Amino acid sequence: MSIPAELKYAKSHEWVKLEADGTVTIGITQHAQELLGDMVFVELPQVGRNLAQREECAVVESVKAASDVYAPVSGEVIEVNSELESAPEKINQEPYAAWLFKLKLSDPAELDGLLDANGYQQALESEAH
Amino acid sequence: MLKTTPLNAAHRAMHAKMVDFGGWDMPLHYGSQLDEHHQVRRDAGMFDVSHMLVVDIKGENVRGFLRGLVANNVDKLTLSGKALYSCMLNPEGGIIDDLIIYFLTESWFRLVVNAGTADKDLAWIQSQAAQSAPQLTITPRRDLAMIAVQGPNAPAKVWATIPGSQAVSEALKPFQSATLEPYFIARTGYTGENGFEIILPATEAVTLWEKLHVAGVAPAGLGARDTLRLEAGMNLYGQDMDETTSPLESGLAWTVDLKSDRDFIGKQALQQKPIKQQLVGLRLLDKGVLRGHQKVIVQRNGLSGEGEITSGGFSPTINQSIALARVPAEVTVGDQVHVVVRDKQLAAKVVKYPFVRNGQVLI
Repeated sequence: MSIPAELKYAKSHEWVKLEADGTVTIGITQHAQELLGDMVFVELPQVGRNLAQREECAVVESVKAASDVYAPVSGEVIEVNSELESAPEKINQEPYAAWLFKLKLSDPAELDGLLDANGYQQALESEAH
Repeated sequence: MLKTTPLNAAHRAMHAKMVDFGGWDMPLHYGSQLDEHHQVRRDAGMFDVSHMLVVDIKGENVRGFLRGLVANNVDKLTLSGKALYSCMLNPEGGIIDDLIIYFLTESWFRLVVNAGTADKDLAWIQSQAAQSAPQLTITPRRDLAMIAVQGPNAPAKVWATIPGSQAVSEALKPFQSATLEPYFIARTGYTGENGFEIILPATEAVTLWEKLHVAGVAPAGLGARDTLRLEAGMNLYGQDMDETTSPLESGLAWTVDLKSDRDFIGKQALQQKPIKQQLVGLRLLDKGVLRGHQKVIVQRNGLSGEGEITSGGFSPTINQSIALARVPAEVTVGDQVHVVVRDKQLAAKVVKYPFVRNGQVLI
């Protein structure tokens, strides 16, 4: 699966989508879900919680292991995808549609520090070596 | 350099995700661990277990040697082909390994030991034999492979694949085996389902694997093997028990024969040591996933103690997390305990295990 060009990425394997209203939607990448295997549990942050950049804020658990999800940018949690709590396998099926949470950005400039699709691809390649 | 089984190329051809499993390059899954788990519970799956070691012990009075070597009593083996599950203990009563012993003739017993402990086991067995039974020949059989075919439809699919196998294996009860050259077919397994473990020459492994696949047996990896054995309430060496734990504190008292006069290595230590802990099943009541090494908090009737999860995970059949945990001996089935998961304490219920047998949820 190719890496969607319209998204931004963190080295810790989260994707970030900038919405028209200036908020961001966050999920985990195809590479991350493939690494973890079949998802069985998702723990999402509280709506209203203020996250610092790179703060641990969610947990995805597969049959294999638990993995922390980090906030790629700082901001306030405005919505979580509670549908995943009963259907965590959606992350395996459609990683770029199965979003985890949405943030109201506290510093939009942080977006510039994230990787684009090309940069993320390179990060994956260097990780493989 | 990782060790490989004769089926290594076959796994890769089936797009297995390979992992380093105690020095062996083994398949974790072939796409979806969950699908493989369900396939075994509902139909039939096959596992490459050739990393486990077959050890043949031959010579005069093998039985006498094994009487002293292992904690279960090989005198229970009276019928040729019969198998026995046992622990092999050190003098302190700790578990060196758990193994299966097949009785073939009075001058030939076959052991199957774990992969990770194989070298240590072999050295131990040889050193014991050198002292008490130097007449015996102890042969590690790396020339053999082993394929476990498990699931409700496993026998029918094996019979359709190996001509003549139905006649020799149809009447086998659990823990019995039959020989149909070049196959050794045992009604044993590590999933809680019906099926066979087939030992065969390494040179024949790929052919049988491919034929079973054509017959509709899906390959299953170590991931599914672990969730299946956990649901079946079967211990994993190195996780639920090791050289520092007693079988009597590992849910394995049923495999230790303390009634007969027979002496065996570790017996005295077991008889002298008070039993303070036990292995219990846990079913998570809250949402989450139990994992090995998480702390268990016990509070009951003024007793406040601690335990630890030895094996935990998500049970695909029950659709909830389950675990085996070592807790104080006072804990009883039905108690509620708490498990520390990250920053939370999750509620779990102590249950009798196995959790699942023959496709049925038992808890």
